[in-house]
Amino acid sequence: MTMWQIVLLAGIACVALKLAGYLVPPAVLERPAAARTADLVTVAMLAALVVVQTLGTGQAIVLDARVPAVVVAAVLFAVRVPFIVVVIVAAAVAAGIRAFV
Amino acid sequence: MRFVGREATDVAHHDLESAAKAEAVRDSFAVGIATAAYGVSFGALAVASGLDVWQACALSLVMFSGGSQFALIGVLAGGGTAAWPAAVAGSTLLGARNGIYGIRTSPIVGRGWLKRIAAAWITIDESTAVALAQPTPAARRVGFWLTGIVVFAGWNLTTLTGALIGDALGDTSRYGLDAAAAAAFVGLLWPRLKRLQARAVAVAAGVVAALLTPVLMPGLPVLVAAGVAVVVGLTNWLGRTDELVAEPRS
Repeated sequence: MTMWQIVLLAGIACVALKLAGYLVPPAVLERPAAARTADLVTVAMLAALVVVQTLGTGQAIVLDARVPAVVVAAVLFAVRVPFIVVVIVAAAVAAGIRAFV
Repeated sequence: MRFVGREATDVAHHDLESAAKAEAVRDSFAVGIATAAYGVSFGALAVASGLDVWQACALSLVMFSGGSQFALIGVLAGGGTAAWPAAVAGSTLLGARNGIYGIRTSPIVGRGWLKRIAAAWITIDESTAVALAQPTPAARRVGFWLTGIVVFAGWNLTTLTGALIGDALGDTSRYGLDAAAAAAFVGLLWPRLKRLQARAVAVAAGVVAALLTPVLMPGLPVLVAAGVAVVVGLTNWLGRTDELVAEPRS
């Protein structure tokens, strides 16, 4: 697969899922197990992505400047600082540590 | 504009309706602009992950779902194009929630297939959350379309900006952009952790992903971690029987 094929395939798959939502009868969501599982899958994937993005470097687990940056981000989200501010502060924390340590 | 002889309640209702619509417009721009701003970090990271500027832009244009886009480039950064099956599976599975949102926003959008295709395209966390937070049907319609359009325009412009910056920067980790992506995932996750069940799933999934990272191809640990949610969701372990479906982030 070339990078273009991957980009287009993944993009079309996401759009297709969005369209599917408009074709499905709303009664599907009345089944609690389906709705609950869909919500929890999103939670699990985001949590896994936080871990992989914070600790992973290829297949290695590496503790570096990303860890304190993510801890700071979690604290800021907990005190309801706006999304974009937190993302910028997290980048600044990691960049600062890398510049001075 | 008031008409002579109109009932007082109608006038009050009319004022309430325009106040609700004005509120929806404010919400749309606040959420839309804040979200679009971090497209810069997506664009820069996409280039750092091996995409060229136009591939980064195509992804924002077609896929248009931040979480899925970051998930895709994260796997490609770690495993290269050879890791495409896990990369595409991960971004698609994470994008499945947009389909669920579509089921909820479908009645807000109404009929007309062209309108519904456009609506599906901009059905994401933000447009759904702003729409569902509004008190009246008209305000929900305004909130959905305006948020979706503002984020779409902003996200694509900032992706291009970020990709061009990333192209010029070279080593993006010096600027902490890898940490920014991790923080963005924390931000998407945070509002979903209100229930004990969700917290337990998040911790378990995080542990599974960390343990499997050294032994599986990049991307696969995230997919296996999603399996935790399927088991807990179907058995409703730690769940409540009167549970309502959680709202998307606002």
